[in-house]
Formats: sequence, structure tokens, C-alpha cells
Amino acid sequence: MEKRIRILVAKPGLDGHDRGAKVVAQALRDAGMEVIYTGLHQTIDQITNTAIQEDVDVIGLSIMSGAHLPICEKLTKEMKKKKIDDIMVVVGGVIPKRDIPKLQKIGIEGIFPGGTPFDESIRWIKEHLRPQS
Amino acid sequence: MGVAKYIKNEKDEVQEVILQSGIHIKPLYTQKDLEEIGFDPDKDLAPPGEYPFTRGIHPLGYRSREWTTRQYTGFGAPKETNERFKLMISHGQTGLNVAFDLPTQMGLDSDDPLAEGEVGRVGMAVDSLRDFEVAFQGIPLDRIGTGLTINAVASIMLAMFQATAEKYGFKKDRVSTTPQNDILKEMIGRGAWIFPVKPAVRLIGDTIEYSMKELPRTNPVSVCGYHIRESGCSPVQEIAYAFQIANTYIEEVLKRGHQIDDFVRGFTFNLNVFGNLWEQVAKFRAARKLWAINLKERYGAKESRSLLLRGIFGGGGYGMTKAQPENNIIRGAYYALAAALGGAQTTALCSFDEAYTIPTPRAALLSLRTFQILMEEIGLRDTVDPLAGSYFIETLTKQMEQKIIEEMKKIDEMGGMIKAVETGYVQKEVARQAYEFDKGVQKRELIKVGMNKYTEGEEMEVELHEYRQESVEEQIQRLREVKRERDNRKVVQLLKDLEKAARDEKNVMPYLLECCKAYATVGEMTKVFKEVYGEFKEPSIF
Repeated sequence: MEKRIRILVAKPGLDGHDRGAKVVAQALRDAGMEVIYTGLHQTIDQITNTAIQEDVDVIGLSIMSGAHLPICEKLTKEMKKKKIDDIMVVVGGVIPKRDIPKLQKIGIEGIFPGGTPFDESIRWIKEHLRPQS
Repeated sequence: MGVAKYIKNEKDEVQEVILQSGIHIKPLYTQKDLEEIGFDPDKDLAPPGEYPFTRGIHPLGYRSREWTTRQYTGFGAPKETNERFKLMISHGQTGLNVAFDLPTQMGLDSDDPLAEGEVGRVGMAVDSLRDFEVAFQGIPLDRIGTGLTINAVASIMLAMFQATAEKYGFKKDRVSTTPQNDILKEMIGRGAWIFPVKPAVRLIGDTIEYSMKELPRTNPVSVCGYHIRESGCSPVQEIAYAFQIANTYIEEVLKRGHQIDDFVRGFTFNLNVFGNLWEQVAKFRAARKLWAINLKERYGAKESRSLLLRGIFGGGGYGMTKAQPENNIIRGAYYALAAALGGAQTTALCSFDEAYTIPTPRAALLSLRTFQILMEEIGLRDTVDPLAGSYFIETLTKQMEQKIIEEMKKIDEMGGMIKAVETGYVQKEVARQAYEFDKGVQKRELIKVGMNKYTEGEEMEVELHEYRQESVEEQIQRLREVKRERDNRKVVQLLKDLEKAARDEKNVMPYLLECCKAYATVGEMTKVFKEVYGEFKEPSIF
């Protein structure tokens, strides 16, 4: 049997708009993944520690405040430091098109702006994880 | 979004219409429907301005007074926000609605490491009184009412507002402000909470008690069904939850020995407008009636003005789409129509570009023009509650009313809203509905034009609001200056006094006012509260 994908759904920073995170968490679970939800107001340190403790395959960030660039930069740096940069990172939320290349440069692989159908992001995660496992 | 479910047959005829509140709409309504549901024009309606106020809180509606327009505004440093305030006022806006950045909402100063990347981003940064002085410079605070979209630290901002008004020479009984100050809805839907439920509710009690005596024109609480609806609940739950939250705050003040008629007129509501047009209008009419009954029967309010549901009906954020953003201009117009037909006292709209950015001046002005067209061109001021007496609207209003009562009962049976939030019941219910709803949209059972139907066409480029890194540096610079120039010994003493007042469970407002006047920072005052009260822990709902 295929190993179930473990994904950490995280709300970094101060933004508390968690409708998207909670909806996506339910969709990922219905797609057969094991979902761990961090709750609100998480620091990058807390998120990376949870990722290690929970031994996740994917970290999914939900960011609505517009601060996705500084937050993602901080996260990837911290992941390198903690030597967990093999974990896949995906981001959803209010992400303007012009920031997508910048996020890719930071090393974010999956970018799902608000309104992305669940199926699309789920398929993307499954396809891109497969080669490693 | 909030559209109804339409079931069609093979000939494309609509067979069933199911509203989000679960009510099935019939193809035709007649007198018989009113009889069946037990509609009694004397009991259910009465003239506008009379109990139970279904038809409105004023006898003449918008004839006597147009609504107040109050677009949500604030970004970057206070100076930029002040300029935008003045721009909107010069174009005929009649109220202000201040957006604060996330660090301010979370009680952090701009130089706090946790604030990095967020200063001035989604609203104005406020660290000390100096910032309010800049933001409100040249604003006639005795003529323009000011909404403050702040919750966890609303008590601090209310004190800050009073200190600013005083500084600019406005009498405290002449200025009018509406801090949002609804922490329970933050715990359900918007997430800007800091302290645990009970002390957070006590702080709200303090602001109400204080305003009653010191700031008579202030509306100390704006109870928000709005954000709970944005987070996923139905229009029926929006009202039911808002009322049960309001009841929690009422009980907090009653237990201090005050009379209901002495404070409840300071309550206002912030309600949402997106969704099925008829359902929204019926929702507002039913809500007005139930609020009056709630006050009279549950709490024994006697004065007529205690029974009035006054509110800002507007926003509509979740109804707007990222796809084909120009369509949001049209949606906004219909949402504003729903607010007007529902008898809103105040309105505001999410601008068409808000799925992308802080509204540009052009987008904010389009929202303002939408209101002006409704009121000054197409006839929404002509007559009060124009839909009254319609077989359909009156039936639907009664149906909404019954469903709201059922939903309120569930919370009562649970032991009230504090319990329902502490255990995560409401959060879970809201998240479940949000998921069901989004699935419905993705499966195209619920239609959103331009998003899941009629999606072809060119994509519009939206002009983005520029986030200015320089204004962050200016902000931190100003904070340093303030700390250098103020009497630091005095600040330390005042913060100690505040801490003692909080520990002794005294009303903290007079202490906050003194702290603000001495230029203590939002971060410093919040830190005191955190030490005394601790911090909220979210219940796990998954």
C-alpha cells in the first residue's frame, strides 16, 4: 500500500484569516492525506519544529496578508539551517501573479493562489512528491 | 459567494431554489402563504420606527437621514492614511473606518521582531498617541464618526482616540467613535485574538461601562456577524451567532450591576451583504425584529431606543471573486442595494480589487460612487422599507426569523457563546460549512459568474497598491523618537498602575487613558495585559 502523505497546514505570522487553511485541510484529508493543522499566529521556528516532530512530507502555508515573500524567505532559510529542506513547501492565499517567479526563486515549488480548485493542488502535490518516495 | 442552489430539469427550467439558509423558495407566493406562516401585520410589522421595528428603526427611513458611508481605509504610515481619509471626505464620504496593520491588531509595536514584514501592510501602523495625532490631523472629529477596526486591543485604541480628541480640542461628549471591539467573533472567524476568552470579554465590559459615563456618543461595540459569515456560516447563523455574542457582552455588563437601558443603545452590528438578494433583505428585517424582542423579553429593556438594531451592512468580501475582477463592481452595486433595501444605517463595500490588493484610490472611490448613485440617482431614499407587504418578502422574513431562533437555541442549550467558542463548536460548524460551500462552487452546483461559468475572456490586470518599505523605517524611527522624548519614568509608573488595576479587576479604561496620554506604546500596554491575563489557546477542531 502507498504510504499516506503527511502534510502540515500552517498559518505563519500574524494574519488570522483561516477559512482557506481550514477548508484546504478538510479537502486534503478527504483526498487521503494525514493533515496536521498548526493553528494561528505561528512563528517560522514553531512551524519548522512541528514539521520535524510530525515528520511531514509537505509544509503548506496559507498567507493572506501580502507578506508571503518575507515569510517564505524566512522559512526556506530556517529549513536549510535545520536541515529539513528536503520537505516540500507549497503556498496558498492572496498571491499576485507578479510574485510567482519571486516565490519560485526563493524555492517554493507549489503556488496556489486563492480560487485554485482542490483537485488541482492535490494532484500537483501527489505528482511532485512521487519521485522522492 | 453565497448563491443559492438551483436544480433544473432537462428543459433548463428551474425546479428547485434552495437558499443557503436551507429555505426552499417557491415559484409563486400569494396571500395564502402569509396565512399559512401565521403572518400578522400588526404583530409582525407595525409602522417603521415602532416595535418590533421590522420595517426600520426610523419612521421615515432614508428620507430623514441618508446612510453614512464609511469605506475601510488605512495603510502604511499614519500620514498616508490621513491623506486618504481627506481624499474620501472631499469626495463626499461621511464617516471613517480605520484599518490597522496586523502588528497593531495583535498589540505589537512596529519594532517587535514578530512584526517584521507586516508593518503598515494591511492597515495603518499605530504605536503611540503620536501616530493617532498624525492620522486624525485636520479631521473634524465632532462631525465625522470614526469606526476603528480593532478588537483584542480595542480598549487601548478607544483610550487613544479619546486622548487624540482631547488633544485637538474636541469635547469628549461631542466625538463619536465605533471601535469594533468584538473579540468572540475574532475567535470564531478573523483570528486577531490575544487574551483568553474570559478576560477578553471583561475588557469589552470595561469599554462599555466606561463609554456609558465618559463617551456618550461612542458606540463601544460593533458585534460582527460579518466575519463569521465570511468564514463560512449561513446568513441565519450569522445573525444567531451575532446575537448570542451580543448577549454575552450584555451579561458581562449586567453582572456589574448596570441597567440594560443605560448601556445597550451603544451596541451596533456589522453584518454582511453578499449572497441571494432576497435572503439578505429578509435577514435584515428579521434581525431587526428579533433584536428588539431579545432586548425586551430576555433582558427587560424598557426604553424604545434600547431596542433598535443599528448597523453597518456592507462589505461582501467573500462574494467577490478574484477571477474577472471588474465583475465585482457590479456585484458591489447589488450588495449595496441589498443593504439599502435592508435599511442599513451605515454602509461600506469591499472594493473590486480587494482579492488582489489594498484598494487603490480609484477602486475606493468607485465603491463610494455606488452608494451615491443608489441614494441620489435611482430612488433608494424615496420611501421607507419599500419591499414590505410583499407576499414573498414577508413570508421569507418569517421563515428566516424562525430559523434564527432555532439556531440561537442551540447556543443557549450549550450554555452560551463563551462555552460554544471555548469548546470550538462554532468554529467547527463554520469550517464545515465553508468546506461544503467551496465544494459546491468547485462542482459548479453553485454558480459564480466569471469564476466557474462564463470564464472565457481576457484577464484584467489589476493595479496593485505599492507597499512602501520606507514608511516602515519612518514608523520605527518615529517610535524611537517618541520613546526618547517622553517622560519614561512616568510611563513606567503608569504601566505599573495599569497592571495593578488589571489584577484587581478594576475598570482599566482610565488607566489606559493616562498611559496613552503619556505616550506609552500599544506594545507596552498589551504586554501588561498578557502578563496579567495570559493568552488564548485555540481549541483543536480537527
